[in-house]
Amino acid sequence: MNATNGKVIAIECLRYDPQTDDAPHYETYQVPFTDDMSVLQGLQYIKDHLDGSLTFRWSCRMAICGSCGGMVNGVPRLSCETFLRDFYPEGLRVEPLTHFPIQRDLAVDQTDFLVKLRSIKPYIIPEAPKPVTEGTFLQTPQQMDEYYQYSQCINCLLCYAACPQYGLDREFTGPGALALLHRYNADSRDAGKAERMELVNADEGVWGCTLVSYCSEVCPKSIDPARAVNQNKVESTKDYFLRFVAPRRNG
Amino acid sequence: MKTYTRTMNGWWRRNPFYLWYTLREWSSFFLTAYALVLLFGLARLAEGAAQYEAWRASLASPGAVIFHAAAALIVLYHAWTWFKVMHKTLPFLRIGARRVPDSAIFAAGVASSVVLSLLLLWGFA
Amino acid sequence: MKRSNRPIFWSLFGAGGMLSALVGPMLIFITGIAVPLGFLLPRDTMSYERVLAFAQNGFGKLAIFVVIGGFLFHGLHRIYHCLHEVGLPLGHGWMAVFHGLAALGTLVALYLLIVIG
Repeated sequence: MNATNGKVIAIECLRYDPQTDDAPHYETYQVPFTDDMSVLQGLQYIKDHLDGSLTFRWSCRMAICGSCGGMVNGVPRLSCETFLRDFYPEGLRVEPLTHFPIQRDLAVDQTDFLVKLRSIKPYIIPEAPKPVTEGTFLQTPQQMDEYYQYSQCINCLLCYAACPQYGLDREFTGPGALALLHRYNADSRDAGKAERMELVNADEGVWGCTLVSYCSEVCPKSIDPARAVNQNKVESTKDYFLRFVAPRRNG
Repeated sequence: MKTYTRTMNGWWRRNPFYLWYTLREWSSFFLTAYALVLLFGLARLAEGAAQYEAWRASLASPGAVIFHAAAALIVLYHAWTWFKVMHKTLPFLRIGARRVPDSAIFAAGVASSVVLSLLLLWGFA
Repeated sequence: MKRSNRPIFWSLFGAGGMLSALVGPMLIFITGIAVPLGFLLPRDTMSYERVLAFAQNGFGKLAIFVVIGGFLFHGLHRIYHCLHEVGLPLGHGWMAVFHGLAALGTLVALYLLIVIG
């Protein structure tokens, strides 16, 4: 932390200590910074020099791990790829991801998402087991294109913080898990669609979505979760009506 | 584990994106009211010429004209947003190996709307 | 998990939304502004004789039915979400009330189109 050119920015942080506080409050820290410093580095400066009790999650510092998501001036962002210089001289407000319960300061309780992630069976379910001796699964570039963008998800939960329907109804499976569900359903190597449709077809599945589509705006990996969810409304509608016409494969 | 859950009070004011979304959703009040205006007119039509003419005269009142002007504008915004997100409800469309761009789906929607609207105007005339 | 009946109402919502996106603004402009004010179109475009003839013709009946029914199913579905979103405690069950109102309005339109002859 040298050569700051004398520039100092005010970072307003939400603080909440479950042992002493009934409600969160805000504290403002004056942080000297350089133009190449991210919001995450600003938080690290606070923890190292100003207040060691500030709690936040981070790991890779390069938009890969998905740990450091938070609200920066009310917008869901990865703090590692958001730069302090863009908020100078006004300063910025940092809060934990909205719609999730706050554990402490900037750390939220992710349990609800982790349960939902399991429920979508986030792994390839092949038609029949294929031993390594039989070689690899082959896929055309077009087959790969069907799911590739959705496989880029880093579980950062920015899309959940962008989704008012999730905030209003915690039963909703939500954009991230549903986009991952589609990632497996759209994969030519996968045969688990019928199992996953049970969730898609439920009120808690795709029907909690009203196509706000802010999830797709905030995704740091340029995934379009709103598309995955709404394509599956069409799939669910087909599934609903076609069962009267054509018998289902697995009874 | 003790946690703190924030409220959703006034969530639509937290971000301009949500305000535009809310405007889109509230277009439904105008569209529903317009459907009721037509339903009311249909009922008057079934009752006879005098009743229908009274309904028609009420459409020319300043209040009715202002309502319809507001409804036309907000439903126009609904139409714009409808075509903007239309690609999200479709599977990836391909021509040969190339994926049809989302902007082309939007353009196709707007073009159909313009053509059908002009046909409608011509049909009434 | 329980299969949702939403595909039925989402289809109706979608059909009404598509119809209103395609012709809604122009239709409102014509019947609510242009004709009542005699602007671009003459006032007698919607005279009793013309509109009655339209409502007694098969294509006209279908057009009126689809517009009123589609707009109601689209509009009331969204109104439910609007009210839910501003914080009214309306659970999933309440959706049936809004879809029911849309169905009622559509049936009234059907009845009127039949008695009109």
